[in-house]
Amino acid sequence: MGEGTGDSTGEMLRRVGGDTPLLEVRHVTKRFGSFTANDSVSLKIMPGEIHALLGENGAGKSTLVKIIYGSLQPNSGGIFWKGRPVTVGSPAEARALGVGMVFQHFSLFEAMTVAENIALALPNCRATGELSDTIARVSANYGLPLDPNAHIADLSVGERQRVEIVRCLLQNPELIIMDEPTSVLTPQEADQLFVTLRRLAAEGCAILYISHRLEEVRALCHHATIMRRAKVVAETDPARETVNTLAQLMVGNEITRVVRERGKLGPEAILLKGLTQVSQEAFGVSLKDIDLSVRAGEIVAIAGIAGNGQKELFDALSGEEPLEKEDMVIFAGEAAGLMDINERRLLGAAFVPEERLGHGAVPALKLSENVVLTRHGTGEGIARRGFTRFGKAGRIVETVTSLFDVRKGVLDPEARSLSGGNLQKFVVGREVERTPKILIVAQPTWGVDAGAAAVIRQSLIDLSRKGAAILVISQDLDEIFEIADRIAVISRGHLSKAEDADTLTPEKVGLLMAGGAEKKGAAAA
Amino acid sequence: MLEAIILTIITAATPLLLAATGELVVEKSGVLNLGVEGMMVMGAVAGFAVTISTGSPLLGIVGGAIAGMLVSLIFAFVTLTLVANQVASGLALTLFGLGLSGLMGESFVGQPGIKLQSLHVPGLTDLPFVGKILFGQDLLVYLSFAAVFGVSWFLNRTRAGLILRAVGDNHTSAHALGYSVIGVRYLAVIFGGAMAGLGGAYLSVAYTPLWVENMTAGRGWIALALVVFASWIPWRAAIGAYLFGAVTVLQLHTQALGIGFPSQFLAMLPYLATVIVLVAISGNRRATLFNTPSSLGKSFVPDR
Repeated sequence: MGEGTGDSTGEMLRRVGGDTPLLEVRHVTKRFGSFTANDSVSLKIMPGEIHALLGENGAGKSTLVKIIYGSLQPNSGGIFWKGRPVTVGSPAEARALGVGMVFQHFSLFEAMTVAENIALALPNCRATGELSDTIARVSANYGLPLDPNAHIADLSVGERQRVEIVRCLLQNPELIIMDEPTSVLTPQEADQLFVTLRRLAAEGCAILYISHRLEEVRALCHHATIMRRAKVVAETDPARETVNTLAQLMVGNEITRVVRERGKLGPEAILLKGLTQVSQEAFGVSLKDIDLSVRAGEIVAIAGIAGNGQKELFDALSGEEPLEKEDMVIFAGEAAGLMDINERRLLGAAFVPEERLGHGAVPALKLSENVVLTRHGTGEGIARRGFTRFGKAGRIVETVTSLFDVRKGVLDPEARSLSGGNLQKFVVGREVERTPKILIVAQPTWGVDAGAAAVIRQSLIDLSRKGAAILVISQDLDEIFEIADRIAVISRGHLSKAEDADTLTPEKVGLLMAGGAEKKGAAAA
Repeated sequence: MLEAIILTIITAATPLLLAATGELVVEKSGVLNLGVEGMMVMGAVAGFAVTISTGSPLLGIVGGAIAGMLVSLIFAFVTLTLVANQVASGLALTLFGLGLSGLMGESFVGQPGIKLQSLHVPGLTDLPFVGKILFGQDLLVYLSFAAVFGVSWFLNRTRAGLILRAVGDNHTSAHALGYSVIGVRYLAVIFGGAMAGLGGAYLSVAYTPLWVENMTAGRGWIALALVVFASWIPWRAAIGAYLFGAVTVLQLHTQALGIGFPSQFLAMLPYLATVIVLVAISGNRRATLFNTPSSLGKSFVPDR
C-alpha cells in the first residue's frame, strides 16, 4: 500500500497543488448488516489528478463513491477535504464542498428539458433563459454541445452523459466523480470525453475515475487505487502497468483466457430477409430492411450503442413482437416470422434477453420454476398434459449450476437472491444446457465480473463449435472481438453487412456505430 | 333560464375543481391517493360542524380544509413512512372517511346550516346576465380558479414546483441529487388533503347548507378521473370540471323536464369521457410521457 512515492506524475502534481491532498479518505468502513462493503479503505486525491478507482463488481467501489458523495454514511473512518475533517451528510453538502458526480446510471429526469435537469442540480436556480445561455456557452466551450430546451427522452445516451457532465461543471466542482463513464459510449465519443477530462485536469480539477476498462485507465489516469473484496489492495501508476498486471491486481489471480478456434460451418440456421418493423413504442426504434444470415457453427455479433434497435431486433427474433411477414425471419429453413416464442423454440431456437431479472427470470420464483418458464414447451417433457415435472426442472438446475459454477446458498433459491453475475450464468446456462441449434442472446455479460464473463463467453464459443448458430447482441466491443466470427453494426434500426471479425478493428466498428452503418443501409435500400 | 343553468353549473363544478387541483399536485409528486372521496366527505362534515358551532361559514371552510389535511396525513404516514401500497391505502381511506363522517355527523342530520355569503359588488353584480355569474359568486369559486392559476404557476415557474415534478418523474434521481422525496410527497399529499377538504366543505357550506350522510356522492371519484382527463395539466382540469359539472346539471334538468332519457346514462358520462380521453391521449405517446408522472403510485425507499 505505497502511496505512489517516487512516481513522477504524482510528485509533479503534489508540487502543483501543494502537499495537501484535495480529498483524503482515511480508514473508512461501511457495513450493511453482516456484509462489509468497505473495510478500512483509504484514498488520497491531489488537485488536478485523474485518479482511477479500479475493481471488479462488488469490490466496494460504488459504496466508497457514495460515501464520498454523501449518499451513504460510513460506520467508521473519516473524510478530509483539503486537510480538514468534514462530514458529508448529503449529496447537497458534497456539492457545497465542491464535489460533483456523473452517475453510471444516469440520474436524469426524462420528461424534463436539459435546462430543467441542470437547474435541479444547482442551488436556488430556475430554468430561465439566462441558465439556458450559460448551458449553451459552457457546453460549447468544453466541446459538449447541448440544446438546453431539448427533452431528455429525445437525447441519445452520449448526449445524456453530456448533460450530466455539463450539469456537474456548472457547479464549479474541484473534484468530479465519474462512474464508468465510457460504458455507454462509442470509442470516438470516449476519445472526445478524454479530451474534456484532460482539459479539466489541466485546469486543476481532480477527477475520480471509476472503470473496469483497463486500457483507457492506462491512457488517461495519473494514479490508480485498486480495490478487491472491500479492501484497497494496491496503489499504482497505471501507465507503468500492463493491462494484464492491472487485471491481476483486480481479480487476484490470472483470468482464464477465452479460447477460440474456427469452427466448421454448417448450413444457414438464422436468415433475416428484409426484416422491417415499425416500432409501436413511444421512443422505440423501427427496424429497417435488415438482412443477415448466421450459419451453424459460427457466432455473429451485432454491435451498437444502446437504443439503436437492439431491443426491437431481439423481440422480433424471439417472437415477442409479431412480424408482418413470415419469411422475414427464417430459422433452420422454416419461415418463423409469424410464430410465437414456443413454436420458435420447437425449431431449436433459444433466447436470452438483456434484462436478466424481470425479463430473463422472474425474481420471486425459484430457479427450477424459472427453468420451467422457458423450457415447458421445448418437447423435453417438463410440462405435460397441464402438469409440471418439477423433479426434472430441479435436475436441470443442478446441471446448470455445476456446469456454470453458479454459486447459491440453498438448493433451489429464488432468482432474485442470486448476485447479478451468478444469475446471468444461470440464465445463459439454462438455454445453453439444452444445446439449442440457434441461440440469440442479448448482452450476455452486461455488468458481470471478469470471471463470470469468461465462463459465459467460453460456453457460447463451445456451443457454436458444437454446431449451433449464435447471434450475440452486445454493446461491449471487447466482448464482441473476443467471441465473434463476424460482426455487424446496428444503428437507428439499420444493420450493416456482417464482416469478418479479423478484418475489422474496434475503431472501424466504432465509426459504424456512430452512424456509418446507416448510410450503407440507406444506400442498399 | 340560461343564467340559472350557468350558475348551477358553477356550483356543481367548483367542488370537483378544488379536489382535482389538489389531487393533480399529489399525483405530480408521484403519489396516487385514491382517498379523495374520503377526504372530501370528512371536509364536508367538519365544515358543517364548525359552521354550526361557531356560526361562521368562513371558519367552517377552514375547518373542512384542516379535516382533509388531517385525514390525508394518515394516508401520507401509511404510504410514505410505512411504505404501504398506495392503491389499497387510498381505497381504505375512502371507506374510513365515509364511515367516520357518518358517525361524526349523526347529530347534524336534518339541522339547518348557514350558507356561505356570495360576493356582492354594488354596480358590477347588478349588471345584467354576466353580473351575477362573474361578480356574484362565493369565495370558494374564486379560490378554485386562483388555485388553478396558482398550481399552474407553481408547477411550471417555481423551483419548488420543479423539484416536485422531479420527484414525481424519477424519485431515485431526485434522491441522488439530495432532495427529500418523502418530504416533498408529504407536503403534496397534505396540500391535496386540504383541497379535497375545501371541496367537501363547499358542498355542506355553500352548495346545500346541510349535512347528509355520504353527501359527496362519488364526487371524489370524478375528481380523480378529472386529473387523468386533464392529463395532469391544471387548466385542462378546470375545463374538465366544468364539463363534468355541466353533465351533472344537465342530468337534473332532463329529469325535471321529463325527457325520456335515462339519468343513469348521463351520470355515467364523466367516466365514459375519461375513458375516451385516456384512449385519445395514449395515441400521442410523446405528450403522455412528458405529462404523466413516471413514478406515479410507486413506493420509494431510500437505500441507506
